[in-house]
Amino acid sequence: MTQPSPCSLAAAALVTALLPTISIAAEVNVYTSREPALIKPALDAFAQSTGIKVNTVFIQNGLEERVKAEGANSPADLILTVDAAKLINAADLGLLQKPAAALPESAITPNLRDPQGRWSAITLRSRVVYASKERVKDNAITYEDLADPKWKGKICIRSGQHPYNISLIAAFIAHHGAEKTEAWLRGVKANLAKKPSGGDRDVAKDILAGVCDIGLGNTYYVGLMLKDKDPQQRAWGAAIKVMDTTFKGNGTHVNISGAGIAKDAPNKANAEKLLVFLLGDQAQSLLATLNDEYPVRAGVAAVQTEKLFGPLKPDSLALTDIAAQRKLASELVDKVGFDQ
Amino acid sequence: MLSHERGVPSAAFSASRLKLYGVMLFGALLIALPIGTLVHLALADNSGAMAHVMGTVLPVAARETALLLAGVACLTAVFGTGAAWFVTAFEFPLRRFLAIALVLPLAMPTYIAAAVYVEWLDAAGPVQSFVRMIVGAKTAADFPLPSVRSLPGAIIIMSAVLYPYVYLATRTLFQMQSATLIEAARSLGAKTSRVFTRIALPLARPAIALGVSLSLLEALNDIGASEFLGVRTLTLSVMTTWLNRGSLEGAAALACAMLVAVVALIIIEMKARGDRRYTNSVKKPRLLAPKTLTGASAWGAFVFCMLPVMVGFVIPALFLGWQAVKRTARGQIDPMLMEAFVATIILAGVATLGIVLLARVIAAGHRLIATRWVHGLTRFASLGYAIPGTVLALGLLTPIAFMDNALANLWRSLTGERLGLFLTGSGLAIILAYHARFLGIAIGAIETGYARISPHLDDAARMLGRDIGGIRRDVHGPLIRPALGTAALLVFVDAMKELPATLLLRPLNVETLATLVYADAARGVFEAGALAALMIVLVGLGPIMLIARTHQPEPADGFAAARAASAGENGR
Repeated sequence: MTQPSPCSLAAAALVTALLPTISIAAEVNVYTSREPALIKPALDAFAQSTGIKVNTVFIQNGLEERVKAEGANSPADLILTVDAAKLINAADLGLLQKPAAALPESAITPNLRDPQGRWSAITLRSRVVYASKERVKDNAITYEDLADPKWKGKICIRSGQHPYNISLIAAFIAHHGAEKTEAWLRGVKANLAKKPSGGDRDVAKDILAGVCDIGLGNTYYVGLMLKDKDPQQRAWGAAIKVMDTTFKGNGTHVNISGAGIAKDAPNKANAEKLLVFLLGDQAQSLLATLNDEYPVRAGVAAVQTEKLFGPLKPDSLALTDIAAQRKLASELVDKVGFDQ
Repeated sequence: MLSHERGVPSAAFSASRLKLYGVMLFGALLIALPIGTLVHLALADNSGAMAHVMGTVLPVAARETALLLAGVACLTAVFGTGAAWFVTAFEFPLRRFLAIALVLPLAMPTYIAAAVYVEWLDAAGPVQSFVRMIVGAKTAADFPLPSVRSLPGAIIIMSAVLYPYVYLATRTLFQMQSATLIEAARSLGAKTSRVFTRIALPLARPAIALGVSLSLLEALNDIGASEFLGVRTLTLSVMTTWLNRGSLEGAAALACAMLVAVVALIIIEMKARGDRRYTNSVKKPRLLAPKTLTGASAWGAFVFCMLPVMVGFVIPALFLGWQAVKRTARGQIDPMLMEAFVATIILAGVATLGIVLLARVIAAGHRLIATRWVHGLTRFASLGYAIPGTVLALGLLTPIAFMDNALANLWRSLTGERLGLFLTGSGLAIILAYHARFLGIAIGAIETGYARISPHLDDAARMLGRDIGGIRRDVHGPLIRPALGTAALLVFVDAMKELPATLLLRPLNVETLATLVYADAARGVFEAGALAALMIVLVGLGPIMLIARTHQPEPADGFAAARAASAGENGR
């Protein structure tokens, strides 16, 4: 071959630079679909209190595929995701194992953890209706109401195919069946002020600018804006309110951040320690406060989050039942041309 | 041009020839692995994904995709070709500066440009707020303005960062090929507009086709910007099939169908163009003498060339700079930034070296062993650019993990120790992925260099008893060096911006600048990544200026033809 030397030299340099450090020190490897900045403080607290080094890699899409492909030699210890569907998918693919350590299961409502104990929610995030403080008088609304023609031309939303919306629509199916959901989707679609696009924060900004009066989003985006160091962001956050949003006669749609132990975890004991830590008082209130989410543990107060958005009454559906309807939800979104 | 094997002497299976074959097969293997995985997955598809997509989203998605591509094709062709014509054929204020500046948007990743324009131009952004203040409207509903999150918005934003592909290809052509003809036409009294429409434009057609097809592949394979701007392309359906409907097989089937369509379109375009290709003069071509413009037409030319630079580079770069300054002043600097910067440079640098060395051998093989199947092999090795990055990365995941596990098990059986996953853990997996994705760009750039070396030189060398290895070393070696430089710069800039494969295949605790920007965007605070985004742009600037400068008189077409070759263009 021609001049292999620079190539092999470079490869050697790279290998020495990036070679996985042979695990001497205690460590735990976290594969996360959650953005590292949002969990780092909790992971740092864990590292500090236990002396166990936490390594992370953020993989938003394809996390389960990667762990599956890596197989028995995968370095993954803890799989942490922000969508219940990903954890359930990982469990279905046989990528998770039940921890040996005792988790505070009794303190977590059964609909928010795996019936077989392979994963558990860590924090809850609710998907609610944002509204203009100025133009909307009501403080409460149901998801069913969104199809009411009185909102014609007044609703903003991101793509119906975004996982957050798919999860909500799947919950709607689990409550009302496919037929009613399709009619509801057509109703919501008819009420949209503009074609679905952008992200949840753009929905808030559109309400602020007056493109629409209400919109769907996760609560913590509002918290994020209210806490931003940029005064303009705080103004955006202050201009909208979070409505008390529920299914008729039930609770608010929640998704989770959650975690499970990888089946072939090389540092299984440390992964269990980390999972127990994340469900403990310190991490629960830290994560809730930091990310404007709700702790999953009963008995841990979400002081700041409740101050912003009020107390949370989660919908009673099991996350597994919601996940089972995702495919249908996605097909319905396409069928009614929600994004078109 | 080379269309058959030229008088190859006795040693038909000489060592150097075997080496060439071996390396070419290796290059083809790199792309065969992900494509093979995808086809394998697609064949196992029983999700009904294809039927669902055909029945529901296809009519609209196909129309949106077609409109997006048509729009991008028109704008990139008009501004790319127009600007190239102005800066070569005329003299006007700041012409020399603009000739280089017109290349700058290459450094701006599409998803960053989209995010910036949404911040600026959306209903709550400063521009619309200002307009509402002027007209006294209270809300956007009282005074609706066109939204940037729309198909036209997507067309303009994408075109603004993609037109340089067309610009570079056509500018070279105008500089190199048409000087004599254009001067002849001028001396015969043809008006400027007539020279352009009757001579320059027809001559530029292959270059326009090359540049436009590259822009279109980028636009088609884009995911971030399209979704954000609310354009439902077929590529998004591939993603929703996989992520929401849980069918990787269905997604692979869709992706394969799209790849077949893309390859078919490229072949049709090539056939339609027939033999009208660059012809290569052995002599060094003469540069076109620019005609001086005055008054309104001078200013017209200036504005026409300045516009795409402003939209595609200056405005987004200013926004990033402003946000970066604001955040830095408040001490909001990502602690990972320096590490990410170093990792970005190492990964892109090592990949560039490997890709260029590999592409060099493949291009040489293509030149020296001009059989049909070597041609096919070369085009096949260039196919990575025609597949969406995420899909390509998913296709690579399984074969890389397979090799990794084989290595780990071997190590364990030899030493009894746990090695972990070496390829993924060391970052080599990412580098392999960059090879699969960008090999075509490098092959194209180097082939363009080869096209400038007269085949008569090869013949002469053969007559004098040089074998393939000898010709490569003694004849091509010194002549091909500039093309290697172009190839390296192009690959480096692209590798540095690469996101999907890096995201999926990187080791624990490793971030690149692109993944940092993405992580911030993913939690809805795009501005937090402004500094990292700005660093991507700034690091890309150096190589881009080099491309623009070194190719002032000499071919920048290395570039465009380069990418074009990746799409199976560029003839031989």
